Amino acid sequence: MNTQQHTVSRRDFIRISAFAGGGLVLGFKLFSSCGPQQEAGVIYELNAFVKIDTNGEVTLMNPNPEIGQGVKTALPMLVAEELDVDWQDVKVEQAGLDTGKYRRQIAGGSGSVRDSWESFRKAGATARQMLINAAAATWDVAPGDCTTEKGQVIHHDSGRKLGYGELVERAATLEVPEDVPVKPIASFAIIGQWIPNVDNSAIVTGQYKYGIDTKREGMRYAALVRPPAFGQTLKAYDDTETLQQQGVERVLRIDNKIAVLGRSTWEVMQGAKKIKAEWEDGEQMESTADYQRKFREIVARRPAGDPQRKDGDVQQAYNNAAKVFEAVYEAPFLAHNTMEPMNFYADVRADGVELYGPIQTPERTRATVAKLVDVPEEKVTVMMTRMGGGFGRRLMSDFVEEAALVSKTAGVPVNLIWSREDDMGGGYYRPMCTYRYKAAVDADGRLIAWQHQSVGTTGNPARAGSFPAGAVPNLQVDAQEYKTPVTTAPWRGPIHNFIAFSEQSFFDEVAHAIGKDPVTFRLEVLEQAKQQPAGELEYDPDRFAGVIKKAAAMAGWGTPKGPNIFQGVAAQYSFNSYVAQVAEVEKRDDGKLKIKRIYCAVDCGIVVNKSGAENVVEGGIIDGIGHAMYPELTLTRGKPDQLNFNTYRMIRMAEVPEIEIQFIESDIDPTGLGEPGLPPAGPAVANAAYAATGVRLRTQPFVKSGLFA
Amino acid sequence: MKLHINGNEYDIDTPENTSLLDVLRIHLKLTGSKYGCGEGICGACRVLIDGHATASCITPVGSVQHKEVVTIEGLAKDGRLHPVQQAFLDEDAFQCAYCTSGMIISAVALTNKSPKPSRQEIIDAMQINICRCCAYPRIIEAISNV
Repeated sequence: MNTQQHTVSRRDFIRISAFAGGGLVLGFKLFSSCGPQQEAGVIYELNAFVKIDTNGEVTLMNPNPEIGQGVKTALPMLVAEELDVDWQDVKVEQAGLDTGKYRRQIAGGSGSVRDSWESFRKAGATARQMLINAAAATWDVAPGDCTTEKGQVIHHDSGRKLGYGELVERAATLEVPEDVPVKPIASFAIIGQWIPNVDNSAIVTGQYKYGIDTKREGMRYAALVRPPAFGQTLKAYDDTETLQQQGVERVLRIDNKIAVLGRSTWEVMQGAKKIKAEWEDGEQMESTADYQRKFREIVARRPAGDPQRKDGDVQQAYNNAAKVFEAVYEAPFLAHNTMEPMNFYADVRADGVELYGPIQTPERTRATVAKLVDVPEEKVTVMMTRMGGGFGRRLMSDFVEEAALVSKTAGVPVNLIWSREDDMGGGYYRPMCTYRYKAAVDADGRLIAWQHQSVGTTGNPARAGSFPAGAVPNLQVDAQEYKTPVTTAPWRGPIHNFIAFSEQSFFDEVAHAIGKDPVTFRLEVLEQAKQQPAGELEYDPDRFAGVIKKAAAMAGWGTPKGPNIFQGVAAQYSFNSYVAQVAEVEKRDDGKLKIKRIYCAVDCGIVVNKSGAENVVEGGIIDGIGHAMYPELTLTRGKPDQLNFNTYRMIRMAEVPEIEIQFIESDIDPTGLGEPGLPPAGPAVANAAYAATGVRLRTQPFVKSGLFA
Repeated sequence: MKLHINGNEYDIDTPENTSLLDVLRIHLKLTGSKYGCGEGICGACRVLIDGHATASCITPVGSVQHKEVVTIEGLAKDGRLHPVQQAFLDEDAFQCAYCTSGMIISAVALTNKSPKPSRQEIIDAMQINICRCCAYPRIIEAISNV
């Protein structure tokens, strides 16, 4: 059980507020963007998160990468809450990578808000206290007799007021106070509100710059020709036609790839298409059909090696069981398909490296690139642009490394841009996996054994603590890796995204087979976890049951809504959050199914931004349905069969069901939200499809079953 | 060749088969239209050509010489947002927002033809536009509120 009660160590806090002591003068602003009423002043930095202009303008820094998950709005909200400023008056700026000032500048693991909750509020509260102390010193009164209200300090007795801008110069010279308390939850004025994204105005007018929009003096665009199949190596190439393409200037070999440099994106992409390359096959040129066959064979055999988890004895439980069930589930490779394809600007010079673009892991990327181009890490700068999606793909830095190598080899700054075909065919997929489940119930319908045996391409395909682990006395988890040249990576809700499908569907199979209502059976098993926990219990059974009950109530579970409406339920605990969903499908006159509605209950502790939270959960649900229903990435002898959206089907507007989301009221510290909405959506749909048709969906994508309209 | 974009006239020296998207983004620095698929099947690069929402990535620049092109940058007039832009703002209808300019262009073409579109009309008109973050419900809501 984990309620995420963070504390900030003194060491962390000093790091966060390292710039506070002495009051750094950042310089005069030449232009003010806020009209004539606000003359440009001098900007002071009270700590790494708070900058205040002597004209009163407050700028809050967002240190984490923005991939569309909304941190550039949510994180500064935490600071603004404690600083006590009007959100309307705040400006937000993206910070570059600065490990001296910030910790964990990562977009991943649904961790930005979880990890920042305590420290960011503390930074806001400390800056506020410095402003109060400055006012108290100015008025020669006790700081305790002063308070703040939306950007000004007020002296209780006299009613005197000074704006933050008037105080910041003095505040910046004061010692940083220690252990400043943060507000009680009940007095939050910004946290918990519906706050739109801070970049919206620039977005709707097309002004906002993404990495792909980067253009600098002397820069060249670059496209890379990569091996068309995983496992191939470059033998030879002919660039005659490429060099005849208008706008193409140079062609370079970069290891196993060919770089085409030129004056525009389209021109270098056209040039890349005209390269005639010869590729040599590697030893392992397999197809996804081969993997599927091998994986089925592997999970049919007795597991090899040590189990990841073993509670009790499953074999013995099977011998004593009233009923034993077994099923095999399969999940295909999936591409991330961020709408903004991979790209990065790199300028590698002898005296330093500038990296600028969309990356979820700037710190790790800096270290990797520094080593790659042999430049000390302190001479490498990384600035993160707002990203046209991440979904885990930009946790990898392969494309930044490519940009750096091309820049170094060519001796010019480059913006390396992948085409859609490069992006979809370029690997780092959600792994392909097969699972075999086995479960047993006793004569009273109690779940007494649960076994999960899995195999997947690269990495661990199992989560040893996943439900119903901790609730079942006999449980075993075995996982095996099958090594292939196909690169894989985390994909939104890693492992959860396919384990939830198989686990929640198989659980549904068992419930139906023993004649129990799937919601009731889940609640019973969670009660087992509460009353008689078996082994380590990662989740809180009460919070888990809470979202299931809530979603069931929202959906009117158990009360038929019509002869052609069928429901399915699924729930998953991930990134310390609890999400349950009920999917509703309609069986049309032709017998085909249409997904009509999803009811979703979320327990993620305190909701920081209502708009962002609802948006990211809603998107996660549709993303989960879309990827369970439509696409798969298949390979023929190592070569991806799908390279663009004509053959790789994404969910589009017509397939989107109605969605209703409720958040459980909570005073527990916030937990993850970028990913947890996704995992239950696929199994909820599969379970509803079973209720409607009696056909059990055990392989994704579901559309291949022919059940859906 | 002469181009009419967002009410301005430009003189461009490039082969006629060059992608209109490339001309907009690289030559004219109008980067609001985005590259998404290069095949006209994701909607991210959509611009209005004589009022029709069109994939600029597969449109040769030579073919628009005597036509009026409007990009996301050309929708706001006299410092006022186009009602569709305002509706997306009000609804916070974005996540990563990379698809947004194409979404807005498709919605502008739709609302020009049908000022109060039904849900089905919206879906039919927007089916080419992929939102990978799946902010679809808010996008539908925004267009319904124009």
